[in-house]
Amino acid sequence: MDDLRDLYQQIIIDHSQHPHNFCSLDSASHKKEGFNPLCGDKITLYVNEKNGLITDICFQGLGCAISTASASLMTDTLKNKTAEEALEIFTEFQKLLTTGKTDHPEKLGKLSVLAGVIEFPMRIKCATLPWHTLKAALTKEQNIISTE
Amino acid sequence: MDNKIRNLFPILQNKINNKPLIYLDNAATTQKPRSVVEAIEHFYFHDNANVHRGIYKLSERATNAYEKSRRNIAEFINAKHTHEIIFVRNTTEAINLVAQSYGYKNFKPDDEIIISTMEHHSNIVPWQLIGKKTGAKLQVINIHENGELDFNHYEKLLNNRTKIVAITHASNTLGTINPIKKIIAAAHAHNVPVLVDGAQASPHIQIDVQNLDCDFYAFSAHKMYGPTGVGILYGKEALLNSMPPYQGGGDMIKKVTFAQTEYADLPQKFEAGTQNIADIVGFDATIDFIKSVGIDAIAEHEKELLKYATDAFSDIKGLKIIGTAPEKTSIISFILDKIHPHDITTILDTEGIAVRAGHHCTMPLMDFYNIPGTTRASFGLYNTKDEIDILIEALTKVRKIFSY
Repeated sequence: MDDLRDLYQQIIIDHSQHPHNFCSLDSASHKKEGFNPLCGDKITLYVNEKNGLITDICFQGLGCAISTASASLMTDTLKNKTAEEALEIFTEFQKLLTTGKTDHPEKLGKLSVLAGVIEFPMRIKCATLPWHTLKAALTKEQNIISTE
Repeated sequence: MDNKIRNLFPILQNKINNKPLIYLDNAATTQKPRSVVEAIEHFYFHDNANVHRGIYKLSERATNAYEKSRRNIAEFINAKHTHEIIFVRNTTEAINLVAQSYGYKNFKPDDEIIISTMEHHSNIVPWQLIGKKTGAKLQVINIHENGELDFNHYEKLLNNRTKIVAITHASNTLGTINPIKKIIAAAHAHNVPVLVDGAQASPHIQIDVQNLDCDFYAFSAHKMYGPTGVGILYGKEALLNSMPPYQGGGDMIKKVTFAQTEYADLPQKFEAGTQNIADIVGFDATIDFIKSVGIDAIAEHEKELLKYATDAFSDIKGLKIIGTAPEKTSIISFILDKIHPHDITTILDTEGIAVRAGHHCTMPLMDFYNIPGTTRASFGLYNTKDEIDILIEALTKVRKIFSY
């Protein structure tokens, strides 16, 4: 039961029901779609990158509480970070979700509320979908990003 | 149904997350009774050999068990001839067989294949594949908001370009039972053959292929308390005889030279290579199991569960059932407030309850309802009202977690 409470913390419920940065950016320098064919979760990510700095980032889409909260927290975290920092945070975030540990809690900040996902392996993809989409946007991968 | 039935299913004694398992994903696959698992074990321990090949006693025993299963299945669905029963891997393969063999031979550019909005991907994609090869096009029957087929639309779609109607007997997402006999009669009035996807109907409804007068009927053992890896294609003898083989290989030939091959007669013509012999023998035991309980008794029990759950669900605030046709199998798909089906399923899982979340391999149907997915509870013969009570309580907890 505690696992469930860890997964659905109030902050995650709040972000899923009232996501931050939930909008489109007409002027986005990067726009990318992510898709999880297993559950139908879809995300469109918009990023404005200037001289390596993420000046604006937002998303739209339909997803579960975990993927929506993850996208909301991600966009909060990455504003005014460099693209390089963003990818470092992703690496750290993945480490947290797969090992439950982090050596750099300061890098993760609020993102660490998603650590409870580790007890629900089927849901890790929900939490990482926005991040895989981000990575693809920043590295200019051509295809729609799929978790499968 | 009572505890005696539940005790025949060892898996139901398991705990999931320290709670008794409540298995409500029967439309995806069913659990297996001990007698089926034991029949498979017995085959491997006592009768295992390849079929139709060995001259020795053991192979004869294996062949007899294999062909006995075919006879039992033929009788169970009232096929006119035992050789009208073709063993395949699953319903999907049965449909692909017909699409690739019958379709390749008979479809021409601008011919039409009629399917419906509620089809599983397995009764959509095989027709798209053969459509690409032959130029035949899909025509899709509309459904009403409650999940019933729009029969008037179906009748309008039938015309002299229609080459086949491929339709589900019962919807895996909505539970809708289609008026299949009427559908077949309407197609036959236009000389159009009908393939019925029976994967969801065969566990709940007594199938009589002669009474239905269907041309093809496809179903899977694993959805009717049998093993995975065994599907059945029933086809009318004359149609099957007119069709080219689907796959080439051993056991499907009379004579092979490098210049040409003479194919075996039915049913071997469509059973290339070594089949899933042990599980086919297991399906024989499955049919015996279903007959011993009685499919009408199973249907009656499930109907009661469906009514009980439908009534209880209507008392849950924020819950909407997707699929409310008057004739349904024991399936309830629903949406709950704005809570995503995957979140619902994760929370139910912590209570030991297994339900399905997502699009259920019916993405076009999700588009019709303009939803990304549903949560689906599907009941089988071993489920109980007590389990539904626990489900209802767990759904209330889901709402609470999401502050509804």
